Formats: sequence, C-alpha cells, structure tokens
Amino acid sequence: MNLMREFSKGIWRENAVFRLLLGLCPTLAVTTSAENGLGMGLATAFVLICSNIVISLLRKVIPAQVRIPAFIVVIASFVTVVQLLMEAYVYGLYKALGIFIPLIVVNCIILGRAEAFASKNRLLPSIIDGVGIGLGFTLALFVLGSVREIFGSGALLGFSLFGESYQPFLLMILPPGAFITLGLLLAGMNRIDSRRG
Amino acid sequence: MKEILRLVTVLVLITAGAGLILALVEQQTRAPIAEQRRQETLRALSAVLPAIDNQPDTDTVVLVTGKDKKGRDLRRTFYRGRMGDELVGIAFTVTAPDGYSGNIGIMVGIRPDGNVLGIEILSHAETPGLGDKITHNAFKGQFAGKALESSDWRVKKDGGSFDQITGATISPRAVVKAVKDGLEFYAAHRDTLVAPAVNGGGQ
Repeated sequence: MNLMREFSKGIWRENAVFRLLLGLCPTLAVTTSAENGLGMGLATAFVLICSNIVISLLRKVIPAQVRIPAFIVVIASFVTVVQLLMEAYVYGLYKALGIFIPLIVVNCIILGRAEAFASKNRLLPSIIDGVGIGLGFTLALFVLGSVREIFGSGALLGFSLFGESYQPFLLMILPPGAFITLGLLLAGMNRIDSRRG
Repeated sequence: MKEILRLVTVLVLITAGAGLILALVEQQTRAPIAEQRRQETLRALSAVLPAIDNQPDTDTVVLVTGKDKKGRDLRRTFYRGRMGDELVGIAFTVTAPDGYSGNIGIMVGIRPDGNVLGIEILSHAETPGLGDKITHNAFKGQFAGKALESSDWRVKKDGGSFDQITGATISPRAVVKAVKDGLEFYAAHRDTLVAPAVNGGGQ
C-alpha cells in the first residue's frame, strides 16, 4: 500500500470539505476567523487520528453488528478529552468554539473514516489516513477562516491588515459569507482541476 | 445466545475503558479548569471595581433573586471589593434574556451608594459588527457614574439617557434593562449586601 498516496489524498483529491463536502456544519459555523478555523480543524484532526488508531487496533475485536455504537463511544470519549483539555489550557479558544467542540462527535468525517478506512486497515495506514484527512480538513477551515477574516474584519490571525479606515465587509463573517466563500473556493478548485485535464 | 453475550461483553468492555480514560482526564483537568474560570471572573471583577486590596471572589454574598420555571431558586452572587476595611465596590452579574440572539451576560460594578462604576459584557451572541458593539468602551463607558434615580434607564430612542447603537437598538436596550433590574435588586437588598463580612474583612 502506498502510504504517501493515503496521506496526500486527504489534502486535495479527497479533501473532506472541498471534495466530499462533508462536515459542513462546523466548517460553515466556526470559520469566522483564521484562528477559529485552525483551532476547530486541529481539534477535529486530533479526534480523527486518535479514533482511527483505536478503531484500527480494535477492528478484529469489535463485532460487525455493534460496530457503530462502539465507534461512537470511542469518538465521543476523545471529543470529551479534547473538550476538557481545551477548557483547561486554551480557554480563549474553548470559549470561541463553544458548542461546536462537543458537536465534533457527530462530524460525519470521523465516523466515515472509522467505518470506511480504520475498521478495514492496519494501524500504520490508518494513522496516515487520519493525519491526511485531518490536515486537509484543518487546511480547508484555515483557508475559509482566513478569507472571511480578511474581508469581514480586515485582519488576519488578529493582526489588522488595512488600517483604521477599512470598513469591514460584515457579510463575510455572517453566515451567508461562509456559503459564498465556500462556493467561490469550490469553483476555484474545480477550475484548477479541469485545467489539469 | 452465545453470540449476543459476545456483543454485550465487547461493548461493555469498550465503554468501561472509555469511562476509565475520561475519569483520569477529568481528574487531571479539574484544577486547571476551575482556575481558568476563576481568572475569568477576576478579570471581569477588576474591570468593574476600583482599586481594592482584598480577594472579592472570597468575600461574597449569595441572594435568591427569584424562581425559575421549575420552581428552583435563581441565585445571584455579589462580590465585595474592599480597600482596607472599607467597602468600596460591589460587583454582580446580570443576564439580559431579551438580546437579539441569546442571553447577554453582564458584570456590573457599583459603589455602595448605588452609583455604577462600570459594566463588562461577559458573554453574548449578538451580530458581529452591529449588536456586538455593546462590548465597545464607547457603549459600556456611558454607564459609569449613572445611578438608578439620576438617570432615565432607557435608550435615547425610547426617550431615555443611553445612546443606542446605529443599526442595533435591541442589544443596548436589553443591556440597559438588565443593568437597571440589577440596580433595583441591589437597592432593595442594600442593607444585607453592605453588612460586614461574617468571617474577617469587616469589624
């Protein structure tokens, strides 16, 4: 099995957000700034990698009939761990992400990877798969958050870009801005792909 | 039957393992989380209270403000700031339930005579760029020095003495009303609240 391929597929070819359009609820809701996007992406990637590891290790123990409840218990446990750690050590980000941290449990990307990949593959490919998909998700949220923050707040990662006179384009940090930005990014990616042939 | 037993055993083992891990993590993070929450309260307290030399979060009075829908008591904590033995400021949180989106949590600091020292917005979900200007100093600053009797506790659009925010009247209106309710509650319970602390602090 080509590990490099397993890794790179999550970034572009099978990017969870831009290619599969999965996990759109957190994607659209928390990407009001680059920092929020990055934080949410990394939290999700952490849960994804951990759940892929555990589910891959347990894949021969978990009976097929009860696999979904077993996966959910594993995922929910890691989400709770992330939530506690964030509240204890990165309180500001914890406050900013709010309800969307516990909602990582129902992020279909994580259950999807558990079901489609980790439960059928050995440990190393499962880790690589988790890292690739998680990184692709983080990248997608970071790009989306950056674009929205630049136009909607005139800043990037909290640093003001255009000075005091810039009148923020508020629509971009409101919900419609998320859809518009996502649509434009999708169009851009499709154009790049179609040029490549 | 044997098959069902196997399914149950595996699930029980997995959930037990998950429970064990969660218990360990919770134990490790309990103290840091409590400290984070305390720091957050202290930051808000220092923003609305004058210079003090005590720990206001250890000098508190808790009063019942009413009942919720299920008949349980609603409590409000009053933090008392002292300089030497003198009570110089009292802070409490109020919640504005009628903001534009969700509750607005507000920390109010007042002098013992009821004059507002300042307010701080603790939590809100108002529209970015419009309603969230309630967190700006231009809006919060106008509460300083106001008292229940000396001001008309409504926004200017309603004939009162508080500036609303262009494009967002609902959020300021909710904040002004919540602070007013808090001040009225304080006025009604002032004697209990300015009484010396039971253990230490006062005479």
